[in-house]
Amino acid sequence: MKISKKFRSNLITYALVILAFVICQIAIEGIIPGFKMTRSLKGQLVPICVYIVMAVSLNLTVGISGELSLGHAGFMSVGAFSGIIMSSWLLGAFQFENETLRLLIAMITGGVMAGIAGVLIGIPVLRLRGDYLAIVTLAFGEIIRNVLNCLYFSLDGGRLYVSFNNPDIPGKLLLNGPTGATGVGKIATFTMGFVLILFTLFVVLNLINSRSGRAIMAIRDNRIAAESMGINVTKYKMMAFVVSAALAGMAGALYGLNYSTVTATKFRFDTSILVLVFVVLGGIGNIRGSIIAATVLTILPEVLRAFSDYRMLVYAIVLIVVMLATNSPLLGNLKNKLRSSKLVTRFFPLKEEAAIKEGDEK
Amino acid sequence: MISFLSHLVNGLSLGSVYAIIALGYSMVYGIAKMLNFAHGDVIMVGGYISFCAALYWGMPPVISVLVAMVVCTVLGVVIERLAYKPLRAASSLAVLITAIGMSYFLQNMAQLIWGANPKSFPSVVSIPSISLFNGQLLISGETIVTVLANIIIMTALTLFTGKTKMGRAMRAVAEDKGAAELMGINVNATISLTFAIGSALAAIAGVLLCSAYPTLMPTTGSMPGIKAFTAAVFGGIGSIPGAFVGGILLGVIEILGKAYVSTELGDAFVFAVLIVVLLVKPTGLLGKKVHEKV
Repeated sequence: MKISKKFRSNLITYALVILAFVICQIAIEGIIPGFKMTRSLKGQLVPICVYIVMAVSLNLTVGISGELSLGHAGFMSVGAFSGIIMSSWLLGAFQFENETLRLLIAMITGGVMAGIAGVLIGIPVLRLRGDYLAIVTLAFGEIIRNVLNCLYFSLDGGRLYVSFNNPDIPGKLLLNGPTGATGVGKIATFTMGFVLILFTLFVVLNLINSRSGRAIMAIRDNRIAAESMGINVTKYKMMAFVVSAALAGMAGALYGLNYSTVTATKFRFDTSILVLVFVVLGGIGNIRGSIIAATVLTILPEVLRAFSDYRMLVYAIVLIVVMLATNSPLLGNLKNKLRSSKLVTRFFPLKEEAAIKEGDEK
Repeated sequence: MISFLSHLVNGLSLGSVYAIIALGYSMVYGIAKMLNFAHGDVIMVGGYISFCAALYWGMPPVISVLVAMVVCTVLGVVIERLAYKPLRAASSLAVLITAIGMSYFLQNMAQLIWGANPKSFPSVVSIPSISLFNGQLLISGETIVTVLANIIIMTALTLFTGKTKMGRAMRAVAEDKGAAELMGINVNATISLTFAIGSALAAIAGVLLCSAYPTLMPTTGSMPGIKAFTAAVFGGIGSIPGAFVGGILLGVIEILGKAYVSTELGDAFVFAVLIVVLLVKPTGLLGKKVHEKV
């Protein structure tokens, strides 16, 4: 059986994630002496999973669909708060004790709510193009945050109360406007994070390699040409956007249930940019790159605590330099010259030339 | 009624600041077809420079504003040369990400230099406030200066782009870069000039903004920057009167929304306006419609 190149590449991605999970489990259990995970790194495991899912899902919008979304953290917050409310409601109203199942239901709720938000936002946003789309997604991220700051949810004897801009509702407050959600049960686990990553990869990789995925990429490469081939632009753009939003919502639910307090300020514009840095550094459109970049850039600040003041500065420089290096004609010419110089081609034949040679031999 | 008038005056003052910032966005967008995300942070740098000039070097307020303008002008031109010029032929996604990176760079640089703690900005305006209706309505000196500065800048820029040779070159480059180059216009110099003017205006806006709302932080510029972009889109991007109208209207909407609906939702109102405008009239109030060619 001939395995296609794409399929092999996807298998490598899955294998990489599973391998990393096994190594982490070995390190947590301390099976091999001298190879044990520190407490601070253990605390980072769930955030790493969350950021991987965020990066992969944003890559679907930015890399595959070619639309710059600056409001990804907004979907994350929708997922986080709806997940928290769902989890507290299940516990309060039904004495639902099974934590794994509760987390799972919370994550699905988060995904569905964020997906609905994605549809509502996508309808107006996806009619716009380029810079306008970016600024409107940013605006929506801010609106979501503003609205969440005014929302109050409370639980009273199994009944859920909602109010807008008015904290006087009966029962115990679950979501307290600007102070956010407090007293959340920390039920997120690393294993669940791992399962979520696998699920995300399954959804995104299958979408990319499907008929729909090819349509999405065709729209990215040339909207007018794709449209004249009979591709429904709005439908496919919407598909990528909503899937991306729903996955971000699931990640948000996992993130929200990993802390005892969650406020809307955690999902500011900065978080959207952070995830964008992961995507850009890992390679726009490269799913495996996103995973690696998200992991490394989440661990790195923990390891390099001494440089924590310079972290964001370095991120900013990385964004600029990567963009200049990959897009500037100046550096591009240099690369071409290097590539076509005889010394280099002798040892590393150009892909096209190699293909021609192979064809000759046949 | 008096409270409504007072909110209206506050809205006018805030809107004038937005209008001055929006001009920088609008001109750069019109000519370079890029959203200069770092523009909001140039405002913040202008605020800090003027703050330092007045407080540490003991300069009089007017001179400190001039120093801030010069520094911001240089900064704007340098940013354009280093980060945006190499990407002139690149996709808009690449340019936008670079601009976001630049915005973050400026914010974090400012945080390293001046610290994250907010600084209390001393007002540069020494004009006494005017009280009307037996002192019921108070118009502060800052408001008067801001509105006046806005009107002067608008008039000057309209004359500049309409009457001078450089202004005409700017309009030509905005219309068609290739054709402008064939006509002997130095496109790169014209784009640099646009960035210079925009950044100098950003410095003025920064000082005026901080005089009215005297907390200066590394993130001071980002929100007004985004709102000013909204104003530019609202009025029609690329148009100078559009930036004026959009800025004023947006300032008034924000202040009235905060006063009569909800303080928490003030920003949400501004962005809702942006979304509605883009959906109903994507070219803005005074913008020109451009047809897409295949």
